[in-house]
Amino acid sequence: MAEAYQIIDHVYDAVVVGAGGSGLRAAMGIAEAGLKTACITKVFPTRSHTVAAQGGIAASLGNMGPDHWTWHMYDTVKGSDWLGDQDAIEYLCREAPAAVYELEHFGVPFSRTEAGRIYQRPFGGMMQNMGEGPPAQRTCAAADRTGHAMLHALYQQSLKYATDFYIEYFAIDLIMVDGECRGVIAINMDDGSIHRFRSHKTVLATGGYGRCYFSATSAHTSTGDGGGMAIRAGVAMQDMEFVQFHPTGIYGAGVLITEGARGEGGYLTNSQGERFMERYAPSAKDLASRDVVSRSMAMEMREGRGVGKEGDHIFLHLNHIDPAVLHERLPGISETAKVFAGVDVTREPIPVTPTVHYNMGGIPTNYHGEVVTLKDGDPDAVVQGLFAVGEAACVSVHGANRLGSNSLIDLVVFGRATAHRIGETLKPGTAHAPLPKDSADLALGRLDGFRHSKGGSPTSEVRLAMQKTMQANAAVFRTSEILDEGTRKIDAIYQRMADIGIADRSLVFNTDLIETMELDNMIGQAVLTMHMAQARHESRGAHMHEDYPKRDDESFMKHSLGWFRDGSVELAQRPVHEYTLTSEIQYIKPKARVY
Amino acid sequence: MAEFSLPANSKISSAGKRYPAPAGAKNVRAFKVYRWNPDDGANPRYDTYELDLDETGPMVLDALIKIKSEVDSTLTFRRSCREGICGSCSMNIDGLNTLACTQAIADIKGEVRVLPLPHMEVVKDLVPDFKHFYAQYASIKPWLQTVTPTPSGEERLQSVEDRSKLDGLYECILCACCSTACPSYWWNSDKFLGPAILLQAYRWLADSRDEMTGERLDQLEDPFRLYRCHTIMNCSNVCPKGLNPAKAIAEIKLMMVERAG
Repeated sequence: MAEAYQIIDHVYDAVVVGAGGSGLRAAMGIAEAGLKTACITKVFPTRSHTVAAQGGIAASLGNMGPDHWTWHMYDTVKGSDWLGDQDAIEYLCREAPAAVYELEHFGVPFSRTEAGRIYQRPFGGMMQNMGEGPPAQRTCAAADRTGHAMLHALYQQSLKYATDFYIEYFAIDLIMVDGECRGVIAINMDDGSIHRFRSHKTVLATGGYGRCYFSATSAHTSTGDGGGMAIRAGVAMQDMEFVQFHPTGIYGAGVLITEGARGEGGYLTNSQGERFMERYAPSAKDLASRDVVSRSMAMEMREGRGVGKEGDHIFLHLNHIDPAVLHERLPGISETAKVFAGVDVTREPIPVTPTVHYNMGGIPTNYHGEVVTLKDGDPDAVVQGLFAVGEAACVSVHGANRLGSNSLIDLVVFGRATAHRIGETLKPGTAHAPLPKDSADLALGRLDGFRHSKGGSPTSEVRLAMQKTMQANAAVFRTSEILDEGTRKIDAIYQRMADIGIADRSLVFNTDLIETMELDNMIGQAVLTMHMAQARHESRGAHMHEDYPKRDDESFMKHSLGWFRDGSVELAQRPVHEYTLTSEIQYIKPKARVY
Repeated sequence: MAEFSLPANSKISSAGKRYPAPAGAKNVRAFKVYRWNPDDGANPRYDTYELDLDETGPMVLDALIKIKSEVDSTLTFRRSCREGICGSCSMNIDGLNTLACTQAIADIKGEVRVLPLPHMEVVKDLVPDFKHFYAQYASIKPWLQTVTPTPSGEERLQSVEDRSKLDGLYECILCACCSTACPSYWWNSDKFLGPAILLQAYRWLADSRDEMTGERLDQLEDPFRLYRCHTIMNCSNVCPKGLNPAKAIAEIKLMMVERAG
């Protein structure tokens, strides 16, 4: 089999897989350190999903009022429902202002204050004075197109550096030798050629796996390819049960309306016209954290106060805001609401519903971006040669619930940290040990198997079954019964992967084949998400278990770990880091989470 | 008399297939889609897919995804964000270049014709080759260039007014709808930068933080790179983001005149 495909070999010091915000920032930093760097990406960099981020990037610049990185840290810890690792959160919040200034220096067209500084808006869960309030204006914005502005600037910068881009190359599998990552195998979609990239350090910057669900704000390409590769390489995934539902996806289309809409004064109402968030979060109201707002919306709909014929959505009002402000600060979502909901935001409310948006879980790493695992009793054992950043990773700074605008800052802070770590630990041109003969067999076996698959289950059918099951059984409200049924169903859907059949056997731009490999990447993460949710008998952050409605720090202030090997799931726990990075801030002890 | 020969694969064969609507469909619409697979050696063709619009999402991209998922999984096209911000699904729909994800089916009368962007090499079906377009983008050095030292520990200042000069420029998604709608670009894309890249060139000329205005203008001062624009305005007509590349090009030409004194 493997003989049939000719392999083109490449030798690099480091390889980054993915060219969104974190991948581009990592690749740039590694190249800057003088290392020979490749960046492999299945879409042209500016098409990566970072481009769709809207509201902004959090950093305590204090341009619009008092702020401090320790306040940002407190909010992030509280937002994470104490599942975040506080050493990593300290690193994130402390480094955030420098990372945003760096982006400005790269040319990001941030909106400006009257003083000419970077404009910052309020966002959910962002407060002054260690959670005491009032709200902090911490989220740096380029209108409501911050991700677009940032991703384009990062790509533009990368043109200055000597990174070799392999665009529209789809990474198939990691090359693992004795538990160490030695590179990656990819297919060039343009002509179907197979490429073997040898590298001392491989960085997975492949984004989230939102497309496991039927309705998600995520792009069609958010298929968690790095997670899929990591699972097959025997790496454990972490905290997969924590899936963020964004409160304001457009009803029906699932397209995102930024939390910045509420940051600029927007509010939610139910069928009685009531601003119901005042009941659920008396202090933060519509700017409570996302898990709280989404749950409140779901509760209103469940109790019959949803809007519309089916009572299955909620209204988001912006029509009381000065049209000039909407035009200046929220032009993108004004256009989006028009196109996808037929709504003129200056006159009518936008129909919205909680929609899958972000995976807090992912490939576990430390704050240097190094992938870690539980090995021989060591919960922080480093997987040699392998790094993960961005939504693909679980550092974990977001814990059980990410705060809005903390993902863009996560991308650049940890993309940079990863580059630093690689620059410090690797000398340019270090010799590569020979690879074993079978280094490409896993990848080529899977590629060839899918390419010639003749089973009775088309990719789109299995994918739809997975998406519907995740949507029904791993949603905002969970019970043991729903999760038990969910694990049975998703396990059965996984079995159908053996019966896949595709129609396109060609090699040039075979998206039938690529979509099948993407499904294969997603399905393992879907299985782990369901099983990890089933095993977490408490409610924390985005994981609301109605049979266990309380947070249980005694048993569950732990990261979940899950391996998926040969169709079976194995679960374990890793301790949460209950310490900070420096003595400048004390560990923030758990307490009740009220907004 | 001059004789012309058409390039291989430019003739569209009549061998296209027709996939009828499912039985019982009431709201049927036909999608006539350009198909070409370099692997099979055949000339391109149009396949026609009839869909029940009552079972299809509102956008042309929804229809293409439905075809790929339920009718013919070999149909090949790019797509990602499905909300008009990534620029992946640019194609020629009903005779105009646009994004499939924001083009409502209801706004098109009759059969929906879907082709790849015009005047680009086709890789397969609706997937054109963007390599030259991207290379032209890199050629204008599309990044902030300054001489004064970068401030340490703070941002560069920019007034609200100066920042507003970037509105209508920085939002470009590099979908190439404009450039591939431009007759000047069709003829001279080897040397003319085209509206998308010139819009980006102006984005940096208009940025108060950039200090390479002279060098950037020098680079553009060329009978082809800039001046092949003949103000045909197709670019501004088709831009799916509502931007105005023709105006940006006019601004560059004005800067050229002004600096010439």
